[in-house]
Amino acid sequence: MEVVQMQRRFVEYAASLFREGFLDGQFTQLQQLQDESNPDFVVEVVSLFFEDSEKLLNDLSRALDQQNVDFKRVDSHVHQLKGSSSSIGAQRVKNACIAFRNYCEEQNTDACLSCLQQVKQEYSLVKSKLETLFRVSARSLLLKDKTNLESGFQTSFSKSDC
Amino acid sequence: MESCNCIDPPWPGDELLMKYQYISDFFIALAYFSIPLELIYFVKKSAVFPYRWVLVQFGAFIVLCGATHLINLWTFGMHSRNVEVVMTTAKVLTAVVSCVTALMLVHIIPDLLSVKSRELFLKNKAAELDREMGLIRTQEETGRHVRMLTHEIRSTLDRHTILKTTLIELGRTLSLEECALWMPTRTGLELQLSYTLRQQNPVGFTIPIQHPVINQVFSSNRAVKISPNCPVARLRPLAGKYMPGEVVAVRVPLLHLSNFQINDWPELSTKRYALMVLMLPSDSARQWHVHELELVEVVADQVLNLIKPIASVKKLFISSSLAPDLPEFAVGDENRLMQIMLNVVGNAVKFSNEGNISIIAFIAKSESLRDSHAPDFFPVHSDNHFYLRVQVKDSGSGIDPQDISKLFTKFAQSQSLAARNSGGSGLGLAICKRFVNLMGGHIWIESEGLGKGSTAVFIVKLGIPECSNESKLPFFPNVSANHCQTNFPGLKVLVMDDNGVSRSVTKGLLVHLGCDVTTVSSADDCLRVVSQEHNVVFLDVCMPGVDGYEVAIRIHEKFTKRRQGPLLVALTGNTDRVTKENYLRVGINGVVLKPVSVDKMRSVLSEVLEHRFLFETC
Repeated sequence: MEVVQMQRRFVEYAASLFREGFLDGQFTQLQQLQDESNPDFVVEVVSLFFEDSEKLLNDLSRALDQQNVDFKRVDSHVHQLKGSSSSIGAQRVKNACIAFRNYCEEQNTDACLSCLQQVKQEYSLVKSKLETLFRVSARSLLLKDKTNLESGFQTSFSKSDC
Repeated sequence: MESCNCIDPPWPGDELLMKYQYISDFFIALAYFSIPLELIYFVKKSAVFPYRWVLVQFGAFIVLCGATHLINLWTFGMHSRNVEVVMTTAKVLTAVVSCVTALMLVHIIPDLLSVKSRELFLKNKAAELDREMGLIRTQEETGRHVRMLTHEIRSTLDRHTILKTTLIELGRTLSLEECALWMPTRTGLELQLSYTLRQQNPVGFTIPIQHPVINQVFSSNRAVKISPNCPVARLRPLAGKYMPGEVVAVRVPLLHLSNFQINDWPELSTKRYALMVLMLPSDSARQWHVHELELVEVVADQVLNLIKPIASVKKLFISSSLAPDLPEFAVGDENRLMQIMLNVVGNAVKFSNEGNISIIAFIAKSESLRDSHAPDFFPVHSDNHFYLRVQVKDSGSGIDPQDISKLFTKFAQSQSLAARNSGGSGLGLAICKRFVNLMGGHIWIESEGLGKGSTAVFIVKLGIPECSNESKLPFFPNVSANHCQTNFPGLKVLVMDDNGVSRSVTKGLLVHLGCDVTTVSSADDCLRVVSQEHNVVFLDVCMPGVDGYEVAIRIHEKFTKRRQGPLLVALTGNTDRVTKENYLRVGINGVVLKPVSVDKMRSVLSEVLEHRFLFETC
């Protein structure tokens, strides 16, 4: 059935993300927290992550663009980004942030800039992957609903037949 | 015509007019005679009158005038020559005396006037002396107040109360209209109104720190008079009608612990100052006097000493160990016990420059209660009391055995003791002894000699509460086979985390476990929201610019008994190992490494609720 296929595709895609290190165990935890009382938990948290990170990355670009770079500020932004990414399990982003912080301590502007590029790259990768994941899961959900509706009709029709 | 040797009156007048003249003359004579009598009477009454002879002169003048008028009475009708002679004599005498008096008056009146002015001068002088006496008396009182103030402050425990008490006592001593403390925000770019005397909850009002007046105040350690229109002084709408009272500002040096580095003693950043602003009552002619300014400067300077954690600056290691058989709850005077502890440990810290200080507490059994130091201390055991023995050992300067007996007497100072008591007035240990005695116990100090450190020991009697199951949590965990909770229905939790994503995740985790979760994103919000209803508070201790440990302390300060406050769990992303003591010292019951999984959160909550502590071994 189409639904099953969709679901299988979703599971495989998610597994690949884990394999490639884009996501780690923390993301699984988030998935566990999603239930009937909280059906959109993962989407909500991840959207929050996207918003937060975009702002942080912009602030970081601006901060590193200054004549006299305020490394304390930069470090605090990276700290935030690291915290957010580790909370949702975006492993590669988190690792890039850790490296970034080391260069911040050394106050090495060039290294920081290249770290920033790295972080941005990882972020956009994980963002697109997560968006794809959500699309697949949304579609499979829709399909599931549609199938349920259809089977509902069928049973009701069959009932009315009698 | 008979020659009767009489004299005719000069002109025979009207009968009526003459009659009136007659009567008037009579009365004038009467008056003129009575005035001297009155004068004499009054002079006799007042012992001090410098110009008696003036009086005599005046008296003579008046009497003679009176006599003249009296004699005049006879001259209306026909009168003999003798009468005329007497009349003439009288008139002549009167003329002489009155001329002399007139001349004298010119000389006397300035003297009399100067007496008056001298009297006024003396009165002013007396009033001035009065004022100065009053001032001296007030100065003495303020001196006494300062001592009481510092003593009072030393006996309170936490920074918040210390600062608030300082303001209250200053306001009372100097009769201020308003007294306020502006603390620097964590960014260091602004000053925030933190404490005021009159207003209950000062609005979180901030002003930028770069202001010429503020810089002026911060650059000197004197109290500076500032204009009431300055932004720091515009604390409330003008109370008086005409004139705001004089305003003075002084800097208060603060010790700033920046990002408590675990495993490393906190670093001292560059000096930061808070600003204390004091306003005299408006519409009064009061002005700031020198001694009042000095008082303010002294207090501002001392505040730092009172809240500075001395031990951390001195690099002393303080360790405490509580015996396992100590009961969890006891009945006693908590405040006084804390004062004793603070005094004893404070002394140990004060007189050790380096090394370590160890604090041990255990139940005193009867053998150990009998001590050579306390020969007349006969403790009696009973079922609902126990004796707590606390020993504070330091490796500091030690005490000469001869001086030990004098330690507990008030104000006794000897050479070696003078060094020991240089900070205080010598009252501390005497007060401790009094408190300990009131608690049915004994306190003494042992030392092997100078340079060999000393041990302070005290034993106090504490009650054992009847119901030892005083768990404040209305929530009792359902105990499953392996003591692990699967769910915590209704557990009220507060989460403090400035990172939106991790906040949502932590909240989601806790909601999944059935808790009732509130989230806050800043330390101030946390302190505002936390209440007795909350069972557990999760604190992110890695928030930049916020000292999570200080937040923990502030949370505990909000609750009068530590047991009433919520359990605190620190969330940290830092994988550095932290010693349990550091956490226990600030009252944190557990620590968890982020990111947290559902299972980990579940086990954290069970452990913390059951054992009241949990420390992850990473």
